[in-house]
Amino acid sequence: MLRVVVAEDALLTREGIVGLITRFGHEVVAAVGDADELIAAVGLHRPDIVVTDVRMPPSFSDEGLQAAIRLRRSDPGLPVLVVSQYVQQTYASELLDSAEPGSAGIGYLLKDRIGDVAEFVDALERVGDGHTVVDPEVVRQLLRRRRGPLTRLTPRELEVLALMAEGRSNTAIARSMRVTEAGVAKHIGSLLTKLDVWPDEDDHRRVRAVLAFLNGSG
Amino acid sequence: MPVRTALDALTLRPAGFLRSSWPWRSALYLAGSLLLALPSIGVTVLMMLTGSKVPVFAAAIPAALAAGVCGPLIARFERWRLWLVDTQRLDPPPRRGLRGHLREQVTWWEICYALFSAAVLCWMDVVVVFCMTWFPVTFLLTAVLEPAYGTAETLLTMAAGAALLAAAPYPITAWAGARAAMTRVILGPHDSERLVEVTRSRARLVDAHEVERRRIERDLHDGAQQRLAALNLQLGLARHDLPEGSTLEAPLRKAHDLAKEALQELRELIQGIHPKVLTDRGLAAAVADVAGRSPVPVDVGIDLPGRLPEPIELAAYYVVVEALNNVAKHSAAERAAVTTTVAGDRIILRVKDDGVGGADPAGGTGLIGLADRVAAVEGTMALFSPVGGPTVLQVEFEGAPVRAR
Repeated sequence: MLRVVVAEDALLTREGIVGLITRFGHEVVAAVGDADELIAAVGLHRPDIVVTDVRMPPSFSDEGLQAAIRLRRSDPGLPVLVVSQYVQQTYASELLDSAEPGSAGIGYLLKDRIGDVAEFVDALERVGDGHTVVDPEVVRQLLRRRRGPLTRLTPRELEVLALMAEGRSNTAIARSMRVTEAGVAKHIGSLLTKLDVWPDEDDHRRVRAVLAFLNGSG
Repeated sequence: MPVRTALDALTLRPAGFLRSSWPWRSALYLAGSLLLALPSIGVTVLMMLTGSKVPVFAAAIPAALAAGVCGPLIARFERWRLWLVDTQRLDPPPRRGLRGHLREQVTWWEICYALFSAAVLCWMDVVVVFCMTWFPVTFLLTAVLEPAYGTAETLLTMAAGAALLAAAPYPITAWAGARAAMTRVILGPHDSERLVEVTRSRARLVDAHEVERRRIERDLHDGAQQRLAALNLQLGLARHDLPEGSTLEAPLRKAHDLAKEALQELRELIQGIHPKVLTDRGLAAAVADVAGRSPVPVDVGIDLPGRLPEPIELAAYYVVVEALNNVAKHSAAERAAVTTTVAGDRIILRVKDDGVGGADPAGGTGLIGLADRVAAVEGTMALFSPVGGPTVLQVEFEGAPVRAR
């Protein structure tokens, strides 16, 4: 069970997220409506994970994101899942850049994903577990800018790369692509060689490497 | 022909003209110059009476200087009294405060004209009116004024006086009309000012438009989008809790999919109405996001030392959005690039693609609308698109100060 702090200014959505998280057996220790309250609530409750919206009062720009980055700086061990109404690579990159290698899990998801309840909770649990979760839409946009070594990948390898960037494990990739884990490992080995990114046993670092590559190549 | 001004009145038949009010109005108009001439006349007379050796024209100098300082006031008077000889009003341009006055070119015209008017024109006005009344009147009064004249001489002079009096309205009206026309040309709006005014009003329109778009974006985000998100979540929960094999599964899935599509469409709509990331992060970040959504791969090379002024930033953003839209729709390009160059106080934005070219601004309203938007912030837009490609859309913003935020 995770102890969660939720920050979301729209009441309907906030109640929805709280209900959803509770429904799946986790505990929401605080549900707040702006960035200052979020920071205060985290200080007070020391939660296992923070779920926050990007856009919050008072200026409705990116207070939630900035608060998340600040929280991570003061406590690199705090997992943070940022949900955003829009896919904004800039926001995603800023959030991921703020995470030191080896620190706690981090995630950036489109708000629509809360509708896919089981998947959303799965993402929440993965971030709580220390994984990196990136919205498929962000990955799709990063891949769309493909050039250089990316053009040498086969469609199958691109598919694997996208799933890797989203933060899936080999097992999850194998399940989603309906191939064996050995097949996935073969694809990964070949695509990482083509991209000149060294394979890494650690899931977390692997995602970072892939995202850094995609970001840099765009 | 309708008679609008004193000059038009001169074309009337003599009987009609003489019976009309135009000669009287013209005389009154010119007599008004006495008010302007009085200060300089007063000084001159005073000097002549005190026997000063200072030349007459030197006496007019202080009066003329005062007229220069009072330029805008005199101009106001000149514009106002135009109603006597011109049926079309001439309103002063709107200006506020000393700074507002100094910034407008028309103020300087007013001062020059006031000087000219007080130093030369008002004298001529007075002289014209004086000559055209003094001579006929004295001629007519010969019998009284010059009793020594013979009968024939007296009658001849009186006849000349009557003829002069009958003719006098013509030079008076002609001079008044010419003077009024001159006033209108010098004090009326000049073309360049009209343009500045048009640009300003267009910029205001774009601003108002932008404020409205922002409001709509906020309303949609706070209202419809939140409700749809909640609906999406509820449907998701309902589907999750549904017992296996329920007959509701298919309709629920359909409803959920529809809600997701609606959310997606609404999100794209809101994004198009007002780009949040632009206000939050600036042009480079916003363009990177647009590029990320483009089906044609786009290289982004935007390197600015800081944030652009908001109206220019917005104009530049919309140029990129529209240009990349066109690239995706018409160019059949494999790659596109968005770059900026800073040259002094000019920002040059280029959107290039390696497609088929032949883009025609007349083909759609998109490019024309963009050109208007760019022009409203005093930028220029150029399109190079030979058939066979490549296509380059270049926008230049003049005098764009780059400020760091």
